[in-house]
Amino acid sequence: MGINIGGSTRFGGPGYLLESLGSHDERGRVSGRVLLRLTRFLRPYWPQIALAVVLMLISAGAGLLAPYLTKVALDTNIASGDTSGLVVTALWLVGALTLSYLASAGQSYVLSWLGQRVLATLRSQLFRHLQDLSVAYHDDHIVGITLSRVVNDVDVINDLLSQGLVGILNDSTLLVGTVGVMLAMEPRLALLTFSVLPLMVLATAVFSRRARVAYRETREKIGAVVGDMAGNLDGMRVIQAFAQERLTQDRFESVNRANRDANVDAMSLSFMFMPTVDILGVLATCIVLWGGGVMVAGGAVTIGVVVAFMSYVNRFFEPVRELSQIYTTLQAATAGGERVLELLDRQPRVQDRPGAGPIPEIEGRIELQDVSFWYNPGQEVLHEVSLTIHPGETVALVGPTGAGKTSIANLVARFYDVNAGAVLVDGYDVREVTRESLHRQMGLVPQEPFLFAGTIADNIRFGRPQAGWEEMVAAARLANVDEFIQELPDGYQTRVLEGSVNLSVGQRQLICIARALLVDPRILIMDEATSSVDTVTEALIQQALVRLLRGRTALIIAHRLSTVRNADRIYVIDEGRIVDQGTHEALLARGGLYRSLYEQQFIRPDSQGDG
Amino acid sequence: MTTETLAPIRLRRPNAVQIVLRCLGYLRPYWAYSAAAYLLLMLNNGVSFVQPLIIRDVVDRGIRGGDLVAIQKGTLILLGLTLIKGGFTFLYGRWTEIASQNVAYDLRNAIHEKLQSLSFSYHDRAETGQLLTRAISDVDRVRFLTGRALVSLSQLLVLVLGIAVCLMTMHLRLALLTMTVVPFLVLAALNFGRQYRPLFRAIQQQVSNLTTRLEQNLRGARVVAAFAQEQAEIQRLNEENAGLLGLNLLAGRMRALFLPLLSFLGSVGTVFVLLYGGQLAIRGDLTIGELVAFIAYVSQLLVPTRRLGLIISAVAQASASGTRIFEILDTQSEVEDLPGARPLEGVRGEVRFENVSFSYFGRHQVLRDITFQARPGEVVALLGATGSGKSSVISLIPRFYDPTAGRILIDGNDIRDVTINSLRDRIGIVLQDTTLFVGTVRENISFGRPDASEAEIVAAARAACAHEFIVEMPDQYDTRVGERGVTLSGGQKQRIAIARAILKNPRVLILDDATSSVDTATEALIQQALANLMKGRTSFVIAQRLSTIRQADQVLVLHKGRIVGHGVRTEGQTAHEQLLRTSGLYAEIYYRQLRPQEDASSREVGV
Repeated sequence: MGINIGGSTRFGGPGYLLESLGSHDERGRVSGRVLLRLTRFLRPYWPQIALAVVLMLISAGAGLLAPYLTKVALDTNIASGDTSGLVVTALWLVGALTLSYLASAGQSYVLSWLGQRVLATLRSQLFRHLQDLSVAYHDDHIVGITLSRVVNDVDVINDLLSQGLVGILNDSTLLVGTVGVMLAMEPRLALLTFSVLPLMVLATAVFSRRARVAYRETREKIGAVVGDMAGNLDGMRVIQAFAQERLTQDRFESVNRANRDANVDAMSLSFMFMPTVDILGVLATCIVLWGGGVMVAGGAVTIGVVVAFMSYVNRFFEPVRELSQIYTTLQAATAGGERVLELLDRQPRVQDRPGAGPIPEIEGRIELQDVSFWYNPGQEVLHEVSLTIHPGETVALVGPTGAGKTSIANLVARFYDVNAGAVLVDGYDVREVTRESLHRQMGLVPQEPFLFAGTIADNIRFGRPQAGWEEMVAAARLANVDEFIQELPDGYQTRVLEGSVNLSVGQRQLICIARALLVDPRILIMDEATSSVDTVTEALIQQALVRLLRGRTALIIAHRLSTVRNADRIYVIDEGRIVDQGTHEALLARGGLYRSLYEQQFIRPDSQGDG
Repeated sequence: MTTETLAPIRLRRPNAVQIVLRCLGYLRPYWAYSAAAYLLLMLNNGVSFVQPLIIRDVVDRGIRGGDLVAIQKGTLILLGLTLIKGGFTFLYGRWTEIASQNVAYDLRNAIHEKLQSLSFSYHDRAETGQLLTRAISDVDRVRFLTGRALVSLSQLLVLVLGIAVCLMTMHLRLALLTMTVVPFLVLAALNFGRQYRPLFRAIQQQVSNLTTRLEQNLRGARVVAAFAQEQAEIQRLNEENAGLLGLNLLAGRMRALFLPLLSFLGSVGTVFVLLYGGQLAIRGDLTIGELVAFIAYVSQLLVPTRRLGLIISAVAQASASGTRIFEILDTQSEVEDLPGARPLEGVRGEVRFENVSFSYFGRHQVLRDITFQARPGEVVALLGATGSGKSSVISLIPRFYDPTAGRILIDGNDIRDVTINSLRDRIGIVLQDTTLFVGTVRENISFGRPDASEAEIVAAARAACAHEFIVEMPDQYDTRVGERGVTLSGGQKQRIAIARAILKNPRVLILDDATSSVDTATEALIQQALANLMKGRTSFVIAQRLSTIRQADQVLVLHKGRIVGHGVRTEGQTAHEQLLRTSGLYAEIYYRQLRPQEDASSREVGV
């Protein structure tokens, strides 16, 4: 319940590559390849799609019947004074309209049904894939960007599926149908009407090119608004502490203003395009009236034909207008789809080999044999490292920042795979067994004491959700955190808030220890926290750690004096190599890097001790 | 007073109409744009009424009468009118957009400003993802309502009225018959809106739930993998996914049934016209041209009617979104300037706690009856176990929270009687967990005083022992940090935070003396920087080191929210020495933890 200014929970790793923030790779083109791949998600639903197409044809056909029936009523029934014929025609009209309604409701339902299912499948695939992608991916990517792919970009694909593809199908059918009917009814008049089409194509081409630029601009500007606001929310405590609300408000308003202006500009474009289409539509109507007039005068066509034609002209321009709107949707969908596909295509850096079996119950022997490793080619971080940890031993890794301690822990936990050499657990190469079986017998206490949003109970039971209440409380008691939890208003059911702001760093560390205790792992990997806690809590943590380490094989990236003192063996790592090993006393006596590290990291000028 | 909760349980939620009206109220400053836009809209509609008349004329006189000149004249007028209409369409579209984009702009500014004014207890519980969704996509929905949706709606209304009048003047009974579908349309639309709104709200909520779940999963990737919980996580995510799918399917079905229904009802009007109008024409009460015009009018209603469905869902969505936005805007901050609060001036730095109690979220009592006084320039060390209330004590001084009982005085002023800004201006805060903003090093240092000169910034950086590493960076003070910039180590961030506090030159200082694990050299630099910072200021230190406790003028030992030990430095003894005699708990902490560690360390270093 502290002030905890900042408090961003991030894990260490080889830096956060800020690739593909989304704004700069937003391509304005509609890529056929991407669209084709996205439609592949539709394949399991081909019967539904077929049904939707049939319903659409029915609805469009019935819709097209209406003007024809009107013509019949005008030309045949009314002109000849046939009242009963008129009633029959009207009944036909009602029938056609009802059919059209039912078919279009059905079509719309089927499409939204399958569209939503495809989306759910896509999201589910992304979830699974993200779990497979392993820690390596998450070390390199900003959470917010990945989130935006799963949430926003998938939604854009929804637009593509529900409006885009179906819209294109629908509108093209309408268009073709209308053209067909017009040609069948009166070819000369029809061809005359179509003479406006080249103008239409030209207008669309000019508009869409400019719209693409304007549209991209709006995407970038709204991205900036989100970014600024997210940053300010993250630093809200600092802003308030320094009373800088005015400054940040001004900054936000200027980003916000740019977004507003970009949007007004982009929308203005489309307000230029819409009247253009209207004018072309009226031009077509005029052509019909004019040409029709001449033809009627020549006795070539009836008035009914001219009236029906005017109605068809309206029907013709509507899908044309819609199609150009869909084009914008397609642009967004292509960009979003591309990003989603890229994520799905990414190969996990660590995968189970085909035919990999589970590792049997682990005794706890860990060996690194001539291990070399790099995160990025050409930047080797471990050079032929060999070490052995016997079952039940506690081994501490000590070394300057960037020496490769975390990399060794990452390899043993199989968050990454070695580039040369091998990591063996009980003599099994970790690459030959399933990750799941390995992780089941492993425990981790991360450097940043990460807790999930949820109750404290959920968090302690995270590794063993099936554990009983008593077991959980016992683990908490061993971790010295039971007493504190009991004092919270809701005890174990207290919710951990976002960023765990309602718990102190020390409390979080203790809960992480309880979590590891509950799974009772054979192998424990711990990256000791670097942030300091008060002396009383520190003592609680020390005691809990002793209980946690008892009887297990432990690999610890050490930051605490007590840890190195109690370790069975210490490996001194420097520049990706093991430069020394031994007990604390032996290493100290030998002098060298360990002694200077010890004096640097573990001894404070006031000799108070650990941190 | 229920305050600062994200989704407060209210006895009465404002209804949809109130929400929509309130959203529309944001248009007020831009009424000129809106008014001009609607004027053009009316003119446009006028043109729309004239068009069928011209067409009728062309059909009756030109085509039937074989008068080609009439056709020529008619079509030219038609084209001319359409051109004018096109110009109007552009202008009213642009003006409507300007007005509604400004509504979005104002709403986002208001949300941002509100969030800045809300106290820590709000931000402790708020989820960033939730707030962003509201500021971005919910605001967009309201923008759509105040812009095109409203235009379309009024266009539709005017069109319906205008066409109704035209039809009635042409033939009253036929017109009335045609209009019988309108009440059904309205009824269907209202019914749909009523059902769709809560559903849409539920969908937005479920999207937030899914996002939060996934975010947690991604942030905890290492823990998930290490505990082999991938399958369980996938299952949890899929549960949220299934929930979203269910809601979306429901919404899809509603839309599928409703939207085509509007077209259908609209078209039924045409059937009436044809059936009854046809008979009238047969009887000779109506010319065929009039009947054609009648049909043309009625079919002019078809496209806007289809759009009515979209408008209705837009209104339903906007009112759901409006509710979510106003939830933020209506939140009352727990910490606010009192009416008549005056700025705090010329602070000497005397801080007094008088019987202060504080409970968190109104239920979890954290501090009980805290009383002590710090004289100007004194160093007060706070010591105690996790959860003992140390951080709460220091959070109350800059009014990040307000005490539930008792009061805090600075130089004799109750801090609730002065403005928050002036109070926080006099207080500097440095904690080991530091946040830097995306921007340059310079911007980060001068954050508390944007007007600081270059010399002052460099001086502050020097005093914070940060100058040396800053000048070694590629762009020195202009080096970008944070996203897409240089990654700084914990020790470097901390020193920039110290420089930030030094530049602000506060009278009262709040800090913790811990350093993230750094090498001795950096460690010494940070300690030096902190010492520079504390010089001559009243300082409250969450003490992690014995050296701090020994140097402190006062030491407060906290236990379960109470002061259980209070040592004060006097001529003859340090606060530490006094506490050793007077406080059992302190003695215990000292003998069981502080001293053994000290002894062990000194032995090993061989001192």
